[in-house]
Amino acid sequence: MNDLSCVGVTKKFGDFTAVRNVSLEVPPGSFFSILGPSGCGKTTLMRMIAGFETPSAGDIRIKGESVINLAPNKRNVKMVFQHLALFPMMNVGENIAYGLRCQGEQKSEIPEKVRKVLDRVGLPGVEDKRIEQLSGGQKQRIAIARCMVLQPDVLLLDEPLGALDLKLREHMKIELKQLQERFETTFLYITHDQSEALVMSDQVAVMNAGGFEQIGSPRALYDDPVSGFVAGFVGDANVLPGTIDEVRGGEARVILDGGGAVLARLADDSNTGDRVEIFVRPEALRIGGDNGSGSLWGKVDSLLFNGAASRILVRLDTGQLVEVADGDQASEVSAHDAVTVSWQPDRSRIFVRRPGA
Amino acid sequence: MSRDAGRLSLILLFAPFALWIGLLIILPQIGIGYISLREKVGINEYEFGFKNYADFAQAAVYRNTLFRTAWISILVTMLALVLGFPISYYIAKIARERSRAALFLMCLIPLWVSDLVRAYGWIVLLRETGVVSTALVSMGVINEPIEMLYNDVTVIIGLVYTVILFMIVPLVSTMQGMDDSLLEAGFNLGGSRLTVFRRIVVPYAMPGIVAGCIIVFMITAGSYLTPVLLGGKNSSWFTEQIYNQFITRYNWEAGATFGVLLLLFTSLVVWLGLRLTGQSLATTVAKDT
Amino acid sequence: MQGSNHLLWIYRVYVGLFFLYLVAPLLAAGAFAFNDSTFPSLPWRGFTLDWFISDTEPKLGLLNDEPLLRGMWNSFYIGMIVAALSVAAGTCNAFLFVRKDFPFKSAFYVLMVVPLVIPGVILGISILVLASMIANFADSQFGLFMTWLRPGVPLIVLGQFSFLTTITSLVIAARLQKFDISLEEAALNLGASRLRVLTTVTLPFLFPALFSAFIVAFLVSFENFNTTLMLVGSDAPLTITMYDRMVKVGSTPVLNAVSVVLMVGSGLLALLSVVAQRSPKPD
Repeated sequence: MNDLSCVGVTKKFGDFTAVRNVSLEVPPGSFFSILGPSGCGKTTLMRMIAGFETPSAGDIRIKGESVINLAPNKRNVKMVFQHLALFPMMNVGENIAYGLRCQGEQKSEIPEKVRKVLDRVGLPGVEDKRIEQLSGGQKQRIAIARCMVLQPDVLLLDEPLGALDLKLREHMKIELKQLQERFETTFLYITHDQSEALVMSDQVAVMNAGGFEQIGSPRALYDDPVSGFVAGFVGDANVLPGTIDEVRGGEARVILDGGGAVLARLADDSNTGDRVEIFVRPEALRIGGDNGSGSLWGKVDSLLFNGAASRILVRLDTGQLVEVADGDQASEVSAHDAVTVSWQPDRSRIFVRRPGA
Repeated sequence: MSRDAGRLSLILLFAPFALWIGLLIILPQIGIGYISLREKVGINEYEFGFKNYADFAQAAVYRNTLFRTAWISILVTMLALVLGFPISYYIAKIARERSRAALFLMCLIPLWVSDLVRAYGWIVLLRETGVVSTALVSMGVINEPIEMLYNDVTVIIGLVYTVILFMIVPLVSTMQGMDDSLLEAGFNLGGSRLTVFRRIVVPYAMPGIVAGCIIVFMITAGSYLTPVLLGGKNSSWFTEQIYNQFITRYNWEAGATFGVLLLLFTSLVVWLGLRLTGQSLATTVAKDT
Repeated sequence: MQGSNHLLWIYRVYVGLFFLYLVAPLLAAGAFAFNDSTFPSLPWRGFTLDWFISDTEPKLGLLNDEPLLRGMWNSFYIGMIVAALSVAAGTCNAFLFVRKDFPFKSAFYVLMVVPLVIPGVILGISILVLASMIANFADSQFGLFMTWLRPGVPLIVLGQFSFLTTITSLVIAARLQKFDISLEEAALNLGASRLRVLTTVTLPFLFPALFSAFIVAFLVSFENFNTTLMLVGSDAPLTITMYDRMVKVGSTPVLNAVSVVLMVGSGLLALLSVVAQRSPKPD
């Protein structure tokens, strides 16, 4: 039985539909992320799971039982808030003990439980510290400890890494994954940062305008996106707009908007004459040579050094700027060189043009 | 389910508010309005009409008292503004950070002390046998002790003293919010001190000025101790009239009439002031500490 | 910024004179409490504490002056009652306006501020009139003697409460505005009942404002005159007693002693209220 499931959950605010018929199943002990841009409805969905909003339609079940009619203080899903919401008028120990006190735990047993959970998050002995005295990363762990001491069925995390600086964020991503494995609890994580979702999760749901576009493992989302939105949102991608000229089996010949014709792989049911976009990842592009896709001419615009993520920017003759991965930094081109850019057709995807693109 | 709880808590929270405003503010004002329309024609016999107001309009002494109270209040408000503005500006803009808090606190101190103590202090200073008079005599500046109380000038000085802090406090808070770079830009673009003052400082401080003037006017018109103690028998202050009618003469009808008139008068001035400067009660008076 | 130094110095002198003006009457009232003379004026006859502690006529010190001491006590307990009531009512109002939505909310908000704009005298007479009308009615129709509606302490409490509640509401609402609602949601999420959330999270946060509001209300009540004058019965607060002394009976420097006590007391309390509000604010 799954720890958490949503069945056809919808939420309307007046005329505006924030969440549209969303269903998800989160297997026990997994790390599940909901990834989407601001305003896509992910926070509303999480608030419904926690009980701060009521769905207009649909059901939410925890360990198989519907919790729709349970008040937020009676559900066994605990939440780490975006700004952590640590109680400033209490010290660390009192913060963590809060939920235990509410449950009516024996006073004598509380300090021991607090000590244990602090050990598990790697911050032993800080019970007497005040919240202001903690660093960003420490506060994160205390917020998690405060929830985990109550042994929830599901832990909800609402974009908790947003306020941290880059290095700490990278470090916390790994920490969170390890904490989840250590506690063996189901984590439901919402974020707009696709690198967080990909690194930490077992499963990711990509959400857009109130609905799920795709649910799958990070690898599946990256390699086999089912829509232009997912292809463009998850990972980096060069987007070449054009119109389909001819369909040959799983591939299509596309006349690009700026001129030139290329071959790419069809990924949805677009047909001849449709306006589409071709998605190619920077690491699938090569300078020089023709991989069978037809190649495009252009001039090297600039070389961006970023260690393993270095890129070569090429201004195509169509006018568009594309990024070619140069992880080895072994390329010998320099700015203003005339080059060709090509890719293997099956490492590209054609999707119908996204609205507004 | 939670919607009902929400409604219940709204009713529970609204009840004290409604009781307070209804029973202690609205109903009593209606009460004095009602009484002011009443006229005693016999034992426990009353007639209703505007006779009390007519009496007021015809009695020169009452009319004059109201006008006197009005013009002195306006004068005091103007003086408080003119004298207080430089002080507020100094505290908000010129004083250093540390001295600012100390100066502001020093301004607050007389505020916390009762009206009574302040009036008493002025009496001790200014009466015939008071400090200033005896000091002047002993220094040989004058030959005889001089009575400085019981005239208009003293009353005005005393009133300005009582209210000037109510002018300074809103002005300081407004001006503290002013970015120094606004002034610097003004000078940089060629403005003289006067231009910068007129065109930049004053318009920016306007909400504070309006708030200050309204509060000061209300307090002055409604004062009792300062004009009565410092003005003596000639004080002729409207609030004193109200008190007399109620306590000394036990003529509640007349007292209520005067009360209504004072209320209407001050409300009218406040309303005009808010209207003319485009502010509202919420944006001025409610910006308390 | 003002450019010329000359002007700056004139400015400084003006500010200096102003503060002298502020302090002068207070000094006058206070200093002569320590003057060994039956008259609060120059010449200075030597330092003494008699006006505080002496018990022989004509120099009756403050601590032996029955009516004044009684006045102080009355002011004190009236102040406590009024402050407590207005903080309680102010808290309800703060939650009402900061957390709830209802029709005509802005109109009601203006109503809440109105008591500050009504002259104290009017607040006094209006409550006096209403209370008397009700008392007379009860008396004539039902033969009920409602003495608490006649001038006296209950009416004084009501009269001061009527405008102090506005002040406390504004002070407490200002702090409640700064409250991060996710703290309440976190507490609920951790299993607290709504009541528990209120007592363990919200009210502790509000506490500095509640404390400050209490002190402000107490101070304003203690020194109030205009409204109290209209409603006073046989138990007079200090301000009324002192006024009577000043106007009717001849006054001795015992009044200066009272002034010193009032000044020191209000100064300390005011400082306390400012410090309480400045306590470290949570982010």
